[in-house]
Amino acid sequence: MKYLLILLFCLSPGISYAGVAKDMADDPVLEKRMIGLAQNLRCLVCQNESLASSHSELAEDLRREVREQMQKGMSDQEIIDYLVSRYGDFVLFDPPVKSYTLLLWYGPFALLLAGLAGLVFQLRKRKNKISEAHLSDEDAHRAAALLNPSKDS
Amino acid sequence: MMRFIWPFVIFVTLAGFLYVGLHLNPHEVPSPLVGKPAPAFNLTQLHDPTKQFSPQDMKGQVWLLNVWASWCVSCRIEHPVLLALSRQNIVPIYGLDYKDKREAGMAWLLDGGDPYVLSSSDTDGRIGIDYGVYGVPETYVIDKQGVIRYKQIGPVTQQSLHEKILPLVAELQAK
Repeated sequence: MKYLLILLFCLSPGISYAGVAKDMADDPVLEKRMIGLAQNLRCLVCQNESLASSHSELAEDLRREVREQMQKGMSDQEIIDYLVSRYGDFVLFDPPVKSYTLLLWYGPFALLLAGLAGLVFQLRKRKNKISEAHLSDEDAHRAAALLNPSKDS
Repeated sequence: MMRFIWPFVIFVTLAGFLYVGLHLNPHEVPSPLVGKPAPAFNLTQLHDPTKQFSPQDMKGQVWLLNVWASWCVSCRIEHPVLLALSRQNIVPIYGLDYKDKREAGMAWLLDGGDPYVLSSSDTDGRIGIDYGVYGVPETYVIDKQGVIRYKQIGPVTQQSLHEKILPLVAELQAK
């Protein structure tokens, strides 16, 4: 009986060790790192929500995946590369500069430049239209009197 | 006359963008996996948990991998299409039962008919993530070398089947 108990005690730590998987929330540092990364990733189902804030099942699965990859020691960039290789650039809230995103990145600046150019062009044109009026001395006096009545009276 | 031209040009451009935008589906995200080898996996079969299925087993054949689930509503739309296709024996359809309970998956196939040669059970959705699944159903056309050639997001319809999938399958089979 005694030996049986000893045997049982010897076995029990092994059993409990194998059975308990550590809850991810127990590791606040990793959880924080995961949330930080997930905030820059898009939830594929709800699209305008981040992976960190979404309650969709896919987002939960993806958060689990990110946690597990972090536990495996993968860097943030490696995890992002993995997700991009599966879901495309669409998962990134910050799209990379590529040939087909040039318009997205630089289009607003191009529009701004076009607007400025248009403005300058219009101003120049208007300047040319307004020519100096030539007044006779008499007219100049009248104009001065009209514009500056206090001096004259 | 000239002063009306620019506002008109801007209006037409904007209207053009908006018109094109009407016909775009923001839920269709192009898959980066097209043209890449299908991610490997080893899953137990739905109907026989003692047996495994792996995409490696399918080398040398053109096949369809259809991601489905018993809880998936749109899968019911494509189901008759898949059943009809499976009866034609053109291309084998393999199922991936995504985030589903085994019993629920089997019950649904028993109820609605089983178009699949076999289905694998991806209970916790890990393989789904590997394949970039984000909305069920999704269907992959995989060639003889195990490369993904096409991904159908959402239900397979008669139209997508005859316009895209079947011509592609015929082309890949002829290679």
